This record gives sequence, structure tokens and C-alpha cells, in this order.
Amino acid sequence: MPADFNWAIGGEAGDGIDSTGKIFAQALSRAGRHVFTSKDFASRIRGGYTAYKVRTSVDQVQSVVDRLDVLIALTQRTIDENLDELHEGSVIIYDGDRTTMQDVEIPEGMIGLDVPLKSLAEDAGGAIMRNVVALGAACAVGEFPIENLDSALEKRFGDKGSAIVDNNKEAARLGREYVLDEYDHEFGFDLECTDENYVLLNGDEAIGMGAIAAGCRFYAGYPITPATDVMEYLTGRIEEYGGHVVQAEDELSAINMALGAARAGARSMTATSGPGIDLMTETFGLVATSETPLVICNVMRSGPSTGMPTKQEQGDLNAMLYGGHGEVPRFVLAPTTIAECFHKTVEAFNLAEKYQLPVYLTADLSLAVTEQTYPPEEFDMDAVEIDRGKVVDEGTVGEWQDEQGRFKPHALTDDGISPRTFPGTEGGVHMSTGLEHDELGRRTEDTDMRVQQVDKRSRKVDTAREREPFEPREFGNPDADTLVVSWGSNEGALIEAKTFLDEEGVDARFLSVPYIFPRPDLTEAVEAAEETVVVECNATGQFADLIEHDTLTRVTRINKYDGVRFKADELAERIADVLATGEEATA
Amino acid sequence: MSSNVRFTDFKSDAQPTWCPGCGDFGTMNGMMKALAETGNTPDETFVVAGIGCSGKIGTYMRSYAIHGVHGRALPVGTGVKLANPDIEVMVAGGDGDGYSIGAGHFIHAVRRNVDMTYVVMDNRIYGLTKGQASPTSREDFETSTTPEGPQQPPVNPLALALAASGTFIAQSFSTDAQRHAEIVKQAVEHDGFGFVNVFSPCVTFNDVDTYDYFRDHIVDLQDADHDPTSYEDARSRILDRDKEYQGVLYRDEESVPYERSHGVDADMSDIPDGAPEDAMDLVREFY
Repeated sequence: MPADFNWAIGGEAGDGIDSTGKIFAQALSRAGRHVFTSKDFASRIRGGYTAYKVRTSVDQVQSVVDRLDVLIALTQRTIDENLDELHEGSVIIYDGDRTTMQDVEIPEGMIGLDVPLKSLAEDAGGAIMRNVVALGAACAVGEFPIENLDSALEKRFGDKGSAIVDNNKEAARLGREYVLDEYDHEFGFDLECTDENYVLLNGDEAIGMGAIAAGCRFYAGYPITPATDVMEYLTGRIEEYGGHVVQAEDELSAINMALGAARAGARSMTATSGPGIDLMTETFGLVATSETPLVICNVMRSGPSTGMPTKQEQGDLNAMLYGGHGEVPRFVLAPTTIAECFHKTVEAFNLAEKYQLPVYLTADLSLAVTEQTYPPEEFDMDAVEIDRGKVVDEGTVGEWQDEQGRFKPHALTDDGISPRTFPGTEGGVHMSTGLEHDELGRRTEDTDMRVQQVDKRSRKVDTAREREPFEPREFGNPDADTLVVSWGSNEGALIEAKTFLDEEGVDARFLSVPYIFPRPDLTEAVEAAEETVVVECNATGQFADLIEHDTLTRVTRINKYDGVRFKADELAERIADVLATGEEATA
Repeated sequence: MSSNVRFTDFKSDAQPTWCPGCGDFGTMNGMMKALAETGNTPDETFVVAGIGCSGKIGTYMRSYAIHGVHGRALPVGTGVKLANPDIEVMVAGGDGDGYSIGAGHFIHAVRRNVDMTYVVMDNRIYGLTKGQASPTSREDFETSTTPEGPQQPPVNPLALALAASGTFIAQSFSTDAQRHAEIVKQAVEHDGFGFVNVFSPCVTFNDVDTYDYFRDHIVDLQDADHDPTSYEDARSRILDRDKEYQGVLYRDEESVPYERSHGVDADMSDIPDGAPEDAMDLVREFY
């Protein structure tokens, strides 16, 4: 029995690939199995190759591998695209009646199951359910109890009425029976079920959920792949908590609305992707200079310009660290797992308000759009803490006024953090501006005040370094000679790569860093290692540059910028290669 | 709300650096008067401004305020108002700010109809950058960057607002203090987005659209047979480019502000100490 099972459905965009994959993933999750999904999609609404892959195991899975056990192929291209991952004994389910699949070629050693998906779907009530027939067929292949699929179908189609649910269940049953009747075959898979209850969600959803948990009440955004899911999640939910989502006319407007709401005292957020970050950069400087707490979520996709909107990359790190004219402190948080997307979102709101500055919260596309199962306790709402920082009210505002009773929103303090009042607070009236200002917020070109305000703002960073545990996540052997460092979604692949590397006798210490700025000082770790390898999905090694800058030590880079996330086995191979040859490899 | 607020309560102690004689003094005084007369207090008022001469207004007024980036004051005001609908939001801009760099925001703010007031200090020129053509400059208005005039027709802001389904469209003249304040006051009182284009002459760089020009050409709608609740009346006046109207050109009495149509009524600054009590339901949705 293989430890994990890898399944995919592929076809053209518009074939219902996404929802079919999601139903199967949910069926597995509801059967108490762990699931990790990945999507391969093109930037178009209809046509073009698209696939949804599901990896499942009774143990937690957090990456994809170069292996496919069962493939539902709606087009010949689905087979061609996945040839490398198919292996001897892989099962390909297809509909030989489909015009384009009549001359389908099943590669040698693989098992082709010709299932009349469309006609069985028609028997169940409509051709539209042909993908569900295929899911039933997959249940037969994987020896997976169809009741779990039923439960996922109920969840998916429940609001459409019981007739639709029943028809879909029937479609699945016909698909399953067809395989059992027509193919007398032991496929060798056993999708064992457990009593565990898991939740299945993607990074964008985890960010949205984290935002509500953290008390975010205002969200303004403009639709952009792959960040839109955050907005879609919040829409219809945030209202339940007294919040509101605005679809702005553009990203310029979105960040300005979010800024306004933050100045009015709301925990406020916007989310976008690279091109939107570019547009927001103008206002970003104002957010920082006016010391407004704001969470700006950047769900990275492949750039520059429009790049590859539906593909993976971690190329915006420099844009977030350095974007904008002049010098202003900002924090950059980069969750490394889907669960961390939730936790880091909560943290981002607290940091923004405690230090009164913009916080970039960045997920890469792989983290944002893929789904993973977790025990629900991973999202422990009771553990959520809210820290609004130095908010002063009518009772305390007097401590922060000058002799004339004027409030000092930019008071020079030892920790760099000034008091904050919300509109409506008597005695707290003040102006916020992007102009350099004095303690009262009045424009100034006074040389001393300029220096004092710049120093004050940067002092907040020092304060944060002292007060916050900006630690990396660590696994592997802490005493190993090889140090592997990564950020973002690569952590899952690294954890699994470790298993492969262990088998090959490669011993390594792994650090996954969720804080880009301020970030942990890795000097000791790098100095203790004989070799440091930095893994990231970009061409130039933006994070590797930072480590070299911090530690004054050359590191070895593993970069991937073909638009596809690291697969665990691929990553293990590349780490092993780089250690063996000492040569950096890029792809 | 307080009945004993005086308009001088909205004055800050900063000395304006507008040129002596600038129309913006009158525009601002009218705004302060309108705010005071509608019973607002500086503590419960938020003034948003962008860049340029108009952008300085946040400094000279006393209230919660933000001096934003060029052209984007309206989205900021929208955010403030939606996050706390109890706050009176007044947004100020210039003709460059509102009809050039911020034109997109203008149209969408108008159609969004959030209950706030937008005052544009229209001097038909870029003043702070020392005299270039603005979107409302005349076609033959010679400036440093348009030596033969822009050679394109000026934007008609009122027509833009009408086309974008504006619910309150007005125009005033900054030096006609009482009328101007009264018009802005009506905009504040309007249930929805109150838009006032104010002729606010630039005495330094615009020698065409001067106080004298406006005095000679303004037609006050009070003295004309104009029904501001009539869309047809509004449309024909607004499209008549030969006259400079003062007054409320259009008022939609059925106006439903965004907050009401979208159920936004909470002060969003008030949040619990931890996650909401039923937050685990959010997690369970993912079963």
C-alpha cells in the first residue's frame, strides 16, 4: 500500500475541473484523510489546459510530488502534460466516446479505463454530471467508500436542492459500478479512512479568516489574481461582525480607502498582487509617514509587469522591502504554510497597530491557491490576542497635549511609538500628512525636527526587534553541517524533501523564515554551517541577497522561476546535487 | 453634535500661506461656516485634502484631518466615513486634483454616493506648480506648458457628476460668502454625496477667470426659474457652457446614501479583545 495517493483531473478551462477537484479533495478530507491540492491553471476563462491535483495520505501532506496514481483525463493533452508523473500501474480514466478522446493513447504499462462518462451522466439526469461519474470511477479504483463522496456532494450542491444532490450521487454510483463491473482489476490502492475531522482551506481563505479573527472590519480591494479569494472570502462574512468590503475602482483607491478607515480607527486591510502593489506604492509612503497602521496583503504571482498571472513566484520581496521613494520603515511578514497565513495575519494587525506602520503580509501563489487539511484546533480562536497599541482616549489624551492643549500624534518617544486617537475623541484633533512634520503633525522643514522624526520612525523598528520574537521555524538536525534556508510556501516541500534527503544520507538543518523585515539574525546559524543553501522561487535570489548582506557570508542558491512550485522530490534532488557538485543550479 | 459651535472653532492656529486675495480663503470660510451651522464639532469632523493649494486646507482647519496624496482624497474620505458613519467627512480638492489625476475616483465617488461633502476649489489653473493649464482651463488659455492654449475643451465637472448619477450637484463662488456657505451647508445636509464646485480664483496665475469675470458672469439659480429636483432642468443648465451658474443645480430627493443601501452603520473602531465569540464557526465552515 503506497503511503500517499496522487490524483488529478485535467482538461480545458471551463470543463469544471476546479469544482470537481475540490469535491474529491473534500470527500477525502471528510473521510479523515489529509489532503494537499495544487492547481495548474491558465489565465483564461475557457479553453487552455487546466488541472487540479490532489495528494492524500493518512499523514499530513504539505507538498506535491512528481507522481500521479490516478488521472482523470478529459483531453489527450491532460495525458501528455502529465506523462512525466505517470508511472507503471497509473490509472487513466477517460471517456472514449468523447470525440477528442477516441484515439486516445494510453502509455505502456499504464491502465486505461474507458468509462462512458457522458452517457452515464445522462442516465443519472444530465451530461453536466460527467465529472462526478469520473469521481465515482476514481472511488472504485482507490477502494474509497463512496459515502464520503456523497457527503462532499451534499456540501457542494446542498443549496441547489435535494434532487440535484441525489442525481449527483447517482452519477457517482454509476461511475463506480461501471468500473467494478467492466474492469476486473486489482489496482493496488487503498484509501483508508479515519475518524479524524479535518478542515480544508487555502492560504487566501486562511488570511481572510485571520483578518476577521483579528478584528479587521474594513477591507477595500480591486480584483486581481491570485489575491481575489481574500476579498471573496471576506465579502458576506465580515458584515456579520460589523465590517464592510468595498470593491474599489482601482488599487490606488483601495489603499486610500483602507488608509481612511484605519485613520478612523478600524483595523483595515487591502490585498492585491504585484501590479497592484506597484499602484499602491504612492500611497504606501503616506501610510508610513503618517504612521497609519495598515495591513497590505501581497499575494505574489509571477512578474514583472503582467508576467504570468496564474503562476508561482516569490519575486516581489525587493518591491516590498524597498518600494517607494524616500525611506520609511515597514514590516514584511511572509507566512510559510497555510495555517501560518492565519496566524501571521493576526500578528500583522497587531504589529501594524503596536508600531503604527504599514505591514506587508505576503503569500506566494502556491500558498494562496492550494488547499491543505488541518485539524481545526490549528486555528484556535481562543488563542487570538488583540493588541491595539498606544490608543489614547479622552481620559488620557491630556498627557499627550502641548501647553496649548494640542494633541501630539507624532510625539517623540524613547520607543519611537507615539499615541494615537480616533476621530470623535475630544482633545485628540490632529492632522496626518505625508509631509515631514513636527510632533503636532504640522509641516516642517526644520533640519533638527526632520532628523528627529526620521529617527523616531526608525526607532520603532529597534523597539520591535527588542520586543517581538522574530524567530525562524526550524527542523532537521540542529548540528548538521548543511544549513538550508527558505521563505514562503517552500517550507512544505522542504519538510518533505527532508525525508528524501534522510534516505540519501544527506543531513541538514532547515530554517524557514516567516519574517522578512525585521528578520531574525541568521549570522550564527550561517557561521556554524559549512554550507548554506537558500531556496526560493525567483531568479535572482532576493532573500539570499539579504542573508549575504546580514551575515557577510556567501551562500549557495537554489532558484526556481519557471512558474511552478517546488515539488518535494525535485527539491531534495536539487539540494543533494548542489551539495555534491557545489554548483548552483537554476531552472 | 453641538449647537454652540462657532465657525472659528474650525480654524487652526496655522497661518495660511495662500497668496493674499486667493479665492481659497473664502472657500474655506464657507466650509467652516457650513460645518458649524450644521452642528458639527471639530472632534467629530474629518477633513481630507489632497495636494496643491487646496491640499493645504487640512492644516488651516481644526478637525481630524489628513493631507493625502494627489488626487486620492475621495477614497480616503470614503474609508473614514464607512469606518465611522458618525463622523462628518468633508473632502476638499482642486480642479487638477479632482478632474485630472483624480478623475477616476471622482466619478466613482459620485456614483457610490457615500454621505460626505466634496468641495472642489476650482481656479482653472495649476497654482502651486506656478501656472500650468488644468482640466478646467479654457481652450485658448495660454500657460507655460500650453503656449497656445490647451486646444482642447475644458472638462465640465457638473456634467461628469450628472452622468455618474450624482445626487447633489452644486456650484458656488467663494467670494459670495453667504451664498457659498449656504450651498455648502446644503451639501453637508444632503443625504448622500454632496458635490460643490467652487469658483475660487487664482489671483497670481489666472488673469482670465478672475473675480471680476465671475462677478460679471455668474447667474444665480435663485434668480432663475430653476427646479433643482428636475433632472431635465439640471441637465439643460449643466450642459449650457455659456453661463456660470451658482446654486444647487441638481438634488435627488430620493437619494439613498451608500451606508444605508449597504447596511454600514457601525463604528468599526470598536472591536473585541480577542477573536469574535463565535469565530470557531468560521473554521467549521471548512469541514
